[in-house]
Amino acid sequence: MTETELTQFRESTRAWLADNFPASLANKMLGYERISDPEMAQQLEAWRQKLAEQGWGAPTWPKEYGGAALSQPEARVISQEMAKIGAMNPIPLLAGMGVTMVGPTVLEYGTEEQKQKHLPGIASGEVRWCLGLSEPNAGSDLASLSTKAVDEGDYFVLNGQKIWTSGADISQWCGALVRTDSTAKKRDGISFVMLPMDQEGVQTKPIRLIAGASPFCETFFNDARAEKADLLGDLNDGWSVVKRLLQHERQSQTSARGAPANKADGLQEVAKKYVGTDGEGRLADADLRTRIANHLMDAQAHGLTVARITAEARGNPKVSAAASILKNSATKVAQTKSELTMEVMGNQGIGWEGDHFTSDELNNVREWLSGKAISIYGGSYEVQNNIISKNILGLPETTQKG
Amino acid sequence: MAALTEEQSMLRDQAKSWVTEQSPVVKFRAMRDSGVELKYTPTTWEAMVEMGWTGILVPEEFGGSDLGYLTFGVVLEELGRQLTASPLFASALVGTSAVLLAGNDQQKQALLPKVVDGSEILSLAVDETARHAPAQTALQATAADGGFTLQGEKTFVMEGMAATTFIVAARTSGTAGDESGITLFLVAADAAGLDRSSIHTVDSRGYAHLNFNNVVVAADSVLGQVDAGYADLQAVLDRASAGVAAEMLGTGAQAFDMTLEYLKTREQFGRVIGSFQALGHRAAELYTAMELARSCAEHALEAIDSNADNLAEVCSLSKCRVGDFLHVMSNQLIQIHGGIGMTDEFDAGFYLKRARVLETAFGNQAYHRDRYAKALGF
Repeated sequence: MTETELTQFRESTRAWLADNFPASLANKMLGYERISDPEMAQQLEAWRQKLAEQGWGAPTWPKEYGGAALSQPEARVISQEMAKIGAMNPIPLLAGMGVTMVGPTVLEYGTEEQKQKHLPGIASGEVRWCLGLSEPNAGSDLASLSTKAVDEGDYFVLNGQKIWTSGADISQWCGALVRTDSTAKKRDGISFVMLPMDQEGVQTKPIRLIAGASPFCETFFNDARAEKADLLGDLNDGWSVVKRLLQHERQSQTSARGAPANKADGLQEVAKKYVGTDGEGRLADADLRTRIANHLMDAQAHGLTVARITAEARGNPKVSAAASILKNSATKVAQTKSELTMEVMGNQGIGWEGDHFTSDELNNVREWLSGKAISIYGGSYEVQNNIISKNILGLPETTQKG
Repeated sequence: MAALTEEQSMLRDQAKSWVTEQSPVVKFRAMRDSGVELKYTPTTWEAMVEMGWTGILVPEEFGGSDLGYLTFGVVLEELGRQLTASPLFASALVGTSAVLLAGNDQQKQALLPKVVDGSEILSLAVDETARHAPAQTALQATAADGGFTLQGEKTFVMEGMAATTFIVAARTSGTAGDESGITLFLVAADAAGLDRSSIHTVDSRGYAHLNFNNVVVAADSVLGQVDAGYADLQAVLDRASAGVAAEMLGTGAQAFDMTLEYLKTREQFGRVIGSFQALGHRAAELYTAMELARSCAEHALEAIDSNADNLAEVCSLSKCRVGDFLHVMSNQLIQIHGGIGMTDEFDAGFYLKRARVLETAFGNQAYHRDRYAKALGF
C-alpha cells in the first residue's frame, strides 16, 4: 500500500465517521453494561451495528467472517481517526476475549466450519467470549491444569474448575483448556475446546478483588458439554493453540496505559497542581521530580520501542517474542504511574470512596489496586522474563521439566 | 535497528566489517600499551578519513556526503562495539555540527573541506570544572584591538591533544551562570598563549586541559553571534549527546553480547550458568533495557535529521537512557564474568572504564534527567 493510497483511505474513513458517528457519544469511553440512559444505549447500539456492517469490529479479518479485509496500516488509520474525534469502538469490549484472542486463534487453527460458526458473532460484537485457562492450582504453571474432558462420542464432558475467567458471568461462549489425556506428559495431554456458557453444567461466580468489584469469575464445570466439532486444533495439541493464543494476548497488552495521550495530560502537570513549583518552575519536591522524570522517560522509551518494532516489521507487526519485552515495559510504566500519582496526591490520594475525594483521586486508587494484576495476568512478569531468556536470548530452559 | 535506507545499511555493513577486521579491541589494547600520547592509532584514523566517514555530516559543496546523523550514529555504534579510539566523533560530529549550525560561509569553506580530508581536527571546549554546566562558562573573552583576548581554562576537551582548531565557549558579558553573554570562538591550537596538556583518563582516550593566557583572536574567529552563543552551544550539545549515545549503545551492546556468550558457555555445578534462572532473568532485564535504550538513541538521531522542535527533550532522553543501560550493563559484564572479568588481560575492564567516561561526557544521567524535566516544563 502506497502513502497516497493510505492517505485516500484516511480521507474516506474520516468522511464515513463524520456521516455515521453520533457526536453525542464522543468521549464516552463506556462499555455497554455501564450505560443506564436508554436513549444513549440505543444510540450506542445503532453505532455498533454500523461498525459491524463496515466490518470494523475486526477490520483485518476476511470479509466472509465479518471483517473488512484491511491491512494493519489501514486498521491503524481507523483507530487513529476514531481517537481524534473521541469515538470508541464498542465491539472489542462487547466480544470479551473474542476480537483480540479467540478470533485470531480460530482464524489460524479453526476449520472452515468453525470460522463460519464463530467469527461473525465476534466481529459484530454480538457474541461475548471468555477464556477458561487458569485453575486454582495452575497459574503461571498453566500446563499442570486438571480440568478433565472425557470423550463421549459426539461431545466431551467437562469436569473441573477455572479461575480468572474474565467476564464469564456475561459471556455466551468459552474457550477452555482441558486435559484429554492424563497419561501423557503434561503439555501433551491438553486440548482446546469451545463451549456455550448457557448450559446446566456451567456455573460462574464473580470474584471481588482488592480494588472492589471485578470482571473476573470462578467458573465451575460439572458435566458440562463441548461438541466435538468445537475442538480447536488437534486433540491433545491444545498447548500449541494456547501458546499462540497467549502470544495474541501479550500483543494486545503492549500499550502502556500509563503513557499520556499528550503532554498536557502528563503526570508532571498533575504533580505541579498538587506539589507546587519553585521560583524557576521546577517541581517543589526535588526527589519526586527526579522519579517523575524517570517514569516519563520510561513511558516515552516504551512508546518509541512500540513504534520502532512496528517500523522494522514494515507495517506488518507479527506476533513475536519481542512482545514479551513490551509487556514488561508496559507493566512497569502503568504500575509506576499509579504509584507516583498516589504519592503526588498525598492525603487526597488514599481515599476509598466519598465526597472528600475527587473522581480522579478515587479512580487513581482503584487503578493502582487493579493495576497490580498487570504483572500477574497474561503470563507474569517473571514468566515473560523466562520467555525472553529462552526464546529471544537462546538461554537454556530454566523452569519446566517435562 | 531502525528501518534503515539502503545507503545506511551499506555503510553499517562497511563499518561493521572494517571495525571487526581492522580495528578490533585488541588494537585498542595495543595502542594503550604503547603509551602513545594522542591515544589513537594514526593508521586507524587515516582509514576512517579514506572511507569518507569524516564527511558524513558535511554538505557536498564542502566535499562531504551529507548523509545525516542517523547514518553517523550507525558508524559510531560499530566503533563503540570495539572501543575504537579516534578523533572522528570530536571533529566530524561535534566540531562539524558547531561549524554547520553557527558558522558563516567563509568559516565553513575554510574548515569543512579540511575536516573531510583529515587535515583539520576540530574539538569543542566547553567544560571548565568537574561538572558539565555550560551556562557556568567563565573563560573570559575581552574585546581588544578589533578582536578578543581570551583568558581562562577549559578541561576534559575531547581529543584535545590532536585537535588543530578548538571551538571555545567563552564569556563576553554577564557572569558565570548567565545564559546570555556566551560567545563561541574558533581558536587555532597553536595560537600564542594557548597551552595544552593531556589528561590521563581511566579509559585511555585522548583528553586535554587547556590554559588560555591572553590568547588573541581576530573578530572573524567569532562563530555565530557575540553574546548569543548559548543557543548554538545547546544545539551542538544536543547533537553531541545523541552522537555519543550511539557510540555508548554500541559499547553496551557488545558488553551484552560478551555476557550472553559467557552465560551460554561457562559451566559451574555441572551446567552452563545461563541455565540458572537468576542469571536468565538478569539477562532478560538487561536485554529489555538495551532495546528501550536503542529506541531512544535512534529516535534522537532521526529527530535531528528531521529538524524536530523538541531536540533538547529527545537528546537528553537518549543520553540518559543509554547511559543508564550502559552503567548497569558494564557492571554486570564484570559481575557475570566473575574473577576473569577483574583481570586486565580480559577486555571487560576496558568496557567498564569507557562506560563511565562517556557517561560523564556532555553531562551524566542526572544532568540529562534534569534537562529533560525542564524541557517538559516541570
